[in-house]
Amino acid sequence: MKILVPIKRVIDYNVKVRVKSDGSGVDLANVKMSMNPFDEIAVEEAIRLKEAGVATEVVAVSIGVKQAQETLRTALAMGADRAILVVATDEVHDDIEPLAVAKILKALIAEENPGLVIAGKQAIDNDMNATGQMLSALLGWSQAAFASHLDIQGDHALVTREVDGGLQTIKVKLPTIVTTDLRLNEPRYASLPNIMQAKKKQLDEKTAAEYGVDLTPRLTVIKTTEPAARAAGIKVGSVEELVTKLKEVRAV
Amino acid sequence: MAVLLIGEVTSGTLALDATGKAVTAAKQLGDVTVLCIGASAKGAADEAAKIDGVSKVLVVEDALYGHRLAEPVAALIASMASGYSHILAPSTTDAKNIMPRVAALLDVMILSDVVGVVDADTFERPIYAGNAIQTVKSTDSVRVMTIRTSTFDMAGTGGSALVEVVATRDNPGLSEWIEDKVAASNRPELTSAGVVVSGGRGVGSEADFALIEKLADKLGAAVGASRAAVDSGYAPNDWQVGQTGKVVAPDLYVAVGISGAIQHLAGMKDSKIIVAINKDEEAPIFKIADYGLVGDLFNIVPELTGKL
Repeated sequence: MKILVPIKRVIDYNVKVRVKSDGSGVDLANVKMSMNPFDEIAVEEAIRLKEAGVATEVVAVSIGVKQAQETLRTALAMGADRAILVVATDEVHDDIEPLAVAKILKALIAEENPGLVIAGKQAIDNDMNATGQMLSALLGWSQAAFASHLDIQGDHALVTREVDGGLQTIKVKLPTIVTTDLRLNEPRYASLPNIMQAKKKQLDEKTAAEYGVDLTPRLTVIKTTEPAARAAGIKVGSVEELVTKLKEVRAV
Repeated sequence: MAVLLIGEVTSGTLALDATGKAVTAAKQLGDVTVLCIGASAKGAADEAAKIDGVSKVLVVEDALYGHRLAEPVAALIASMASGYSHILAPSTTDAKNIMPRVAALLDVMILSDVVGVVDADTFERPIYAGNAIQTVKSTDSVRVMTIRTSTFDMAGTGGSALVEVVATRDNPGLSEWIEDKVAASNRPELTSAGVVVSGGRGVGSEADFALIEKLADKLGAAVGASRAAVDSGYAPNDWQVGQTGKVVAPDLYVAVGISGAIQHLAGMKDSKIIVAINKDEEAPIFKIADYGLVGDLFNIVPELTGKL
């Protein structure tokens, strides 16, 4: 079985984002970019399934700017077999919407015929949490979102999902779309020899136009602003003082 | 304009808080119809009918919808979409699972975690872990969205809407429910609690998390945790507060042994009063805390519990 893993190049999760003063967006010029953390978990899970003999090939896919090549090389260095880059924009500030990404992935899946797609549950930039579910809907496949455990058994998968109030286990028919939650696994680091080797692995470049998908955003961004800042607080010297303060403001 | 709001129904019971808050957002957009779906949903529908601002409640009861599997539920909602300008649900894990699927079936975008309604087409939502607020205008014919409940007030309950039973749909047969592992709790539900006490890596062990729980019980609070505490096994993962966990905005949030990483702040920085207890006076949590106390939590927390 072939596994397709969509990955996204996003601002590094440790970077404190800066909102541009003209309200046009978040400043991404000269900011450290990395693979979306949930996608690292997806790549890791796919590689583990290959190591376990369940998967035959792991294909990493990214949609966006040309620089997403670097993100795909990271996935190759972790252990993905080959990569596909779909160039959809030249501008790093253009975030392709989940609906358009899902449509491109659908077209790619028609070519690649994977038995399983593992995606991250959400990208830490747009915080949408939608692409996997949308892709599943467009394909008419089953879905298993927010997975913390994945077990492939013949023509179906048993997936434990993180839900409000606890865990839920469901059985989904293959092919399926799984989206990863944080506790699915601990992603590996790419070793230096593997990083060198990844440079030789196949990376095909395509364009969104080849798939005939309309990228016109359905949601027009009118402005991006900083959230309201909190007023500065105070430090108290003792538990007594803390309790007094909290009683003053009727918080306890 | 007509608005379809998906009621949050778990095991036949309506989550009144989540649904009521989403009604507050929905009321601004038009005439609100609440849809209650489940293996048993009639009781939940009767509850929903009492929420102020709800003009009609539709109920779909069938074993097929028992655990709100995404495929049958999304197919059902999409089949009922015509005639509605907006389809909303509170941002719970159920809704996050189902609503993007509904949107794609209708060939429209999803608006996730809406925190503000500007007008019928224009909405505000947080991006980058809540570090920026984006105002977006939808060009879609139907706006499908999830509502971040922590930013809307609960609607009143004195209404008496009509309840109407609706027919079920076919089972796509793509998935089945196997089991639930529900974390037992007598404490208030985390996302609707008035007070939340959270512990982080600084608590040090699962056993020591009892300190946090004792303080929480004294305050009648829900217990939360940082990702570090959850990953270290000190607390179950449904206690996690943050970008990838739950988003809370209680009247009082007490952060104990939590440094205040961006991802955690995304889940609690809209709390009315934030108290931080940490031994590191440089911890970023002190930048947003209204009251900070620097010191050893193992001395401070028991003393605080005793003095309340």
